[in-house]
Amino acid sequence: MPNTRPTSPHLGIYRWRVNMLQSTLHRLTGLFLCLGALLVAWGLIAAASSGAAWNAFAAFCGSPIGMILLFLWTWSLLFHLCNGIYHLLHDVGQGYGPARRDREFAPVYWRAGWSMIVASVVLTVLVWIFLVLHMAGGVA
Amino acid sequence: MSAYPGQEGLRTPLKVALGNGASGTGVRHWWIQRVTAVALIPLSIWFLFLVGGLLHATYPVVLASVAQPVHAVFLIVLSVCLFWHGALGLQVVIEDYVHTRWLEVTLQIALRFGAVLAALACVMAVLSVWLTGTSYY
Repeated sequence: MPNTRPTSPHLGIYRWRVNMLQSTLHRLTGLFLCLGALLVAWGLIAAASSGAAWNAFAAFCGSPIGMILLFLWTWSLLFHLCNGIYHLLHDVGQGYGPARRDREFAPVYWRAGWSMIVASVVLTVLVWIFLVLHMAGGVA
Repeated sequence: MSAYPGQEGLRTPLKVALGNGASGTGVRHWWIQRVTAVALIPLSIWFLFLVGGLLHATYPVVLASVAQPVHAVFLIVLSVCLFWHGALGLQVVIEDYVHTRWLEVTLQIALRFGAVLAALACVMAVLSVWLTGTSYY
């Protein structure tokens, strides 16, 4: 018999917090990174197969859609990495601030939550600046 | 004996000793997810640098890089941790959002097959390049 009872909290009833964005982004980037893992598999299998297979893989990565996906994968990886480290710190009991509910007394974990998002974006931009400079630098 | 007052008579000593709770699997999922996460921190940073260094590299250069023993070993460990960690995460996503029982079980089994297949394919590919790739250059 199908269970018709509600299966998750009603998201609309909670006051919005950055923690909710972090949690959602962590899951979404995780899902997207699973697709990225398949790209890694494709690359390794192509490398083991033949030069033609590798060139097809490299052509996909170098195409506009490939570049967009790689950029999104870079950010997904770096956000999942930053937020994952933060998650691990929570797992060992670190990083919990005083449980204050008023907006002006933002607990440390709200600030930390925003800094995870900002850090992942900044790191992504830095990585791609490095990559563009590296490509312009001559190996191409 | 039990953590819950009034429940003392309902749990056998074995149940308490195993500590598996209602799911029947205990902390195994949680723990492996954390261990693979910790392993993936240095591995993914290393992987970013590896890929960054191989941009626009020719095929022989890629093979030579993968065939370096340190790179090959790291790639193998990365492949296993990556697909294991990903499968554990997808498992929870399926548990959370797929409420049609037959579909949920089908997806869970397909996920395990896919994860093992992908991880094995990656490991075999790296081993292949590592052990036979020297003939290419």
